[in-house]
Amino acid sequence: MNEFIFFINIVVISGAVIGSIYALGAIGVTLIFGILRFAHFAHADMMTLGTFLVLVLTALFPAVGPAIGLPTAFVMMPLAMAATAVIAIGIDKAFYKPLRENNVKPVVMVMASVGVTLMLQGLIRFFAGTGSQSLFVDDRKAIFRIDLPFESASRAIVVTEPQILLFLFLAVAVVSLHLFLNKSRLGKAMRAMSDNPDLARVSGINTNTVVGVTWIIAGALACAAGTLLSLDVTLKPDLSFMILLPIFAAAIVGGVGHPYGALAGGFVVGFAETLAVFNWAFLLRPLEQALPWLDLPNNLAFVPTEYKITIPFFILVAILIWRPTGIFKGKVI
Amino acid sequence: MALIETNSIYAGYGGMNILNGVNMSIEQDEIGVIVGPNGAGKSTTLKAIFGLLNVNEGNITLRGEDITNLSPDKLVHKGMGFVPQEYNVFTSLSVEENLEMGAFIRKDDFGYMLERVYSFFPDLKDKRKQPAGELSGGQRQMVAMGRALMVEPSLLLLDEPTAGLSPLYMNEIFDRIVAVNESGVGVLMVEQNAKQALRIAHKGFVLAAGQNRYTDTGENLLNDPEVAKSFLGG
Amino acid sequence: MQNAKKEIILFSGLAVLVLWVLVAMGPAFGVRVLAEASCYAILALGLTIQWGYAGLFNAGIMGFVALGGFMAMLFGFPVNEDFWNTDLPAQLGGVGLKALFGIALIYGSTKLYKLGFPGKKLRLTLTLVLSLAVYLWVKTSLDPVASAIESQAGFIGGFGWPIWIGWIVGGSLAGLIAYFIGHICLGLRSDYLAIATLGIAEIIKAFLKNADWLTRGTLTVSPLPWPGPGPAEIGFVAARAVYLSLTAVIIAGLVFLLYRAYNAPWGRTMRAIRDNELSSSAMGKNVNGRRLEVFIFGSVLMGIGGAALITFNGIFDPSGFLPLNHTFLIWVMVILGGAGNNLGTLFGAVFVYVVWTMSEPVALYLLDVMRNLGEAWFAWEAPADLDSRALQARVFVIGLIISLVLRYAPKGLIPEKVAHHT
Ligand SMILES: Nc1ncnc2c1ncn2[C@@H]1O[C@H](COP(=O)(O)OP(=O)(O)OP(=O)(O)O)[C@@H](O)[C@H]1O
Ligand SMILES: [Mg+2]
Repeated sequence: MNEFIFFINIVVISGAVIGSIYALGAIGVTLIFGILRFAHFAHADMMTLGTFLVLVLTALFPAVGPAIGLPTAFVMMPLAMAATAVIAIGIDKAFYKPLRENNVKPVVMVMASVGVTLMLQGLIRFFAGTGSQSLFVDDRKAIFRIDLPFESASRAIVVTEPQILLFLFLAVAVVSLHLFLNKSRLGKAMRAMSDNPDLARVSGINTNTVVGVTWIIAGALACAAGTLLSLDVTLKPDLSFMILLPIFAAAIVGGVGHPYGALAGGFVVGFAETLAVFNWAFLLRPLEQALPWLDLPNNLAFVPTEYKITIPFFILVAILIWRPTGIFKGKVI
Repeated sequence: MALIETNSIYAGYGGMNILNGVNMSIEQDEIGVIVGPNGAGKSTTLKAIFGLLNVNEGNITLRGEDITNLSPDKLVHKGMGFVPQEYNVFTSLSVEENLEMGAFIRKDDFGYMLERVYSFFPDLKDKRKQPAGELSGGQRQMVAMGRALMVEPSLLLLDEPTAGLSPLYMNEIFDRIVAVNESGVGVLMVEQNAKQALRIAHKGFVLAAGQNRYTDTGENLLNDPEVAKSFLGG
Repeated sequence: MQNAKKEIILFSGLAVLVLWVLVAMGPAFGVRVLAEASCYAILALGLTIQWGYAGLFNAGIMGFVALGGFMAMLFGFPVNEDFWNTDLPAQLGGVGLKALFGIALIYGSTKLYKLGFPGKKLRLTLTLVLSLAVYLWVKTSLDPVASAIESQAGFIGGFGWPIWIGWIVGGSLAGLIAYFIGHICLGLRSDYLAIATLGIAEIIKAFLKNADWLTRGTLTVSPLPWPGPGPAEIGFVAARAVYLSLTAVIIAGLVFLLYRAYNAPWGRTMRAIRDNELSSSAMGKNVNGRRLEVFIFGSVLMGIGGAALITFNGIFDPSGFLPLNHTFLIWVMVILGGAGNNLGTLFGAVFVYVVWTMSEPVALYLLDVMRNLGEAWFAWEAPADLDSRALQARVFVIGLIISLVLRYAPKGLIPEKVAHHT
């Protein structure tokens, strides 16, 4: 029984947490892919930037959270999300829009986003250093233990408050995005532009507005993803490319330009990672007692933790070979 | 005053001109049909009118107002609608959403216009919730036209609305176009099915190598043996 | 004519800059910078082929560099007797045989259809399950051997062969990896290649950093032998100068080769593909085949350049590769100098590298001034790690230059001279 609880804690909860983070990032990436047609390499650093804004706000108003009963950083998150969205639009105006208007090829846009990501990295490192920081400035992380009503279960299922907030936020975000894309005029215009940009222009859809909305959503979600991840662990300013690869993998697995695909892709990649680094020996240990001839090695993980980055890569390669349009058939290849 | 008029326009993609002085004009209640061999510049003419490529020389007027090189979204506001030759529906959007996208610039309640489009194209009403990508070629053309009609344009530009349709369906589409025209919308369209199209045309323009070869009423062009021999296949 | 004049001005400026470094920092430092710049120039030539000739986005240059460096280390580093005098090599060989056997099995399972084995899905599943089983089998047999090597011998050491053999193997291996990546990605959107190369670079880095039995991991391996006489024999300046002449010969050979290829039908096809993908594929040219060639060739150069660079540094330190930042230093060299123009690329490599190296003391000096002023005027307490932050922050400048070049000088300082063949 304890093994099972251990499995839930290590695999189910952790996988869901990291999957939700990837999903939040991948939704933004996939929307940008769909509307602007390039892989946005600056997404991970936009996450870090947003988180850093949260950190600053939290340090400025440390007492807000305890007054409400939530982590201060979480209370500050909406503000930082708005700020990140504004910054994202500003970055677009300064660096992407001029190139777009020159009708450059998509790879040049990718290059430009690399330029942006390096600038963001430089700024973040200059102001925040490279060490880890905690988003809990004046408060502490609440941890919930759920004891199971079984005799044999001496361990408890452990969930932290940030994890619960993450799941709630993801649910709210996905439902709102769904309603926005399917019910609102602008949301439909976004889908239309992702489907056929020339026809969208011909129809009189204001493409600048749609691009702006895309950046608002992507920027806000990036900030939220970074913040919620950092609340759960710590804020690492140099996470950047380590998290970019799984996010891209998630977006491509789900089919680029396809927000629900990105959601699913995020969980696929997240769970694949946790399952691959999980030490199966823990689960099989009871079996060893039952079958005396069985001699299990101590470590039965598929992939050592140091090589975790290979998992999204292999998923990416597999999907590119097997079905480059993604499981949900994204339309852009 | 003419609804739309092009005064010897020169335009092309990049450096070279594809159009070398195209003149056409139609009145508010007319259907104008452009015919000509493949590569003559028919689509290019429509794109030049709709601001999708740069006009290098000459000018275009809409009811006397100069609209040369205005961007497409401005032209939509001025009451023009354009249906491209290819990729003219949002395949992943439902039929109704396609129509709503046509009405994107409208801030008023355009529900009545949806009904009107459905009454023009009754086939679409049953399929309103279906993705446009799942429709037949003819139905897609209807969606595309319906989308352009949503802003209640005074001028509709159609690029080969009957391409790839069976003769029966083709006639159906032509009937719809006539009906649309009779509701007060000027139509300028490119057609490969030249004879049938010229039959419903008030004005016809035969284009070759980026220039007007013949310009006359539809009927006169149909009856002109020269035109028939070189452009209408005997 | 205008262009020739501009080139003369740019190159004279570069010469003045180099002379200044030689004089101001001393010849030993100056020649070092030049030798390193020449290694970067090989990398930059590899990239200019990929990006300039074919428009391929390689975000994983540092992966190929690390691979080249590793091969140089593996072949050139002296033999480790502690390892070879035990039975560990035999055990390792055993694991290798198991791996070969497993790969043969997997390969065989993909050919089962020839025996009339039914069901495509079933075969795929079989292959996947088999691969997983083989992987686990090899891994569980490798793990104890690896830790035995680590505890008894440190790492397996090198082969003690001439190091240039390692350079060639490094280049070939880089080409092989490029073949696989390119094979998968080149038919797809151009962005996917960028993502995949980014991934492969991270993986190579993770592998080299953690496979202690092979690379000593974070403990690093040094000193690597040089292909020519080392500093101990003939002194720093002379040894570095010899090294520099070696890389210069390589570069001259490459430039000659590229010049020939560029003006040959092959080069024309390449440009046609880059500039107008659709019509050249309509012309029946094998677009992806050509691109794959270019991608492999460029990556081979990156492997060799990486080997040369790391050999020069004399130390193999797998955690020293900051994949993206250095990758994009090379990108800056290429797009600033002029993608697709070999001369421009060489200019960019030397210029950017010299500026990059000099920016370190300059940044520190500026910071020092700032700190002193801050303390004197505002009683400002500077953070203790301000120096390292300032150095890290130099990536900002790389990013800024990329953005500015793309916007204001998309063809670089010395643009590609497009020859019109009709
Ligand atoms: N996007 C483009 N870029 C460059 N040249 C183009 C482009 N589109 C068309 N052309 C060229 O312009 C010329 C006229 O093309 P256009 O599409 O106007 O022909 P068309 O009369 O509509 O022919 P069709 O009946 O086949 O549709 C052709 O020679 C074509 O090659
Ligand atoms: Mg046409």
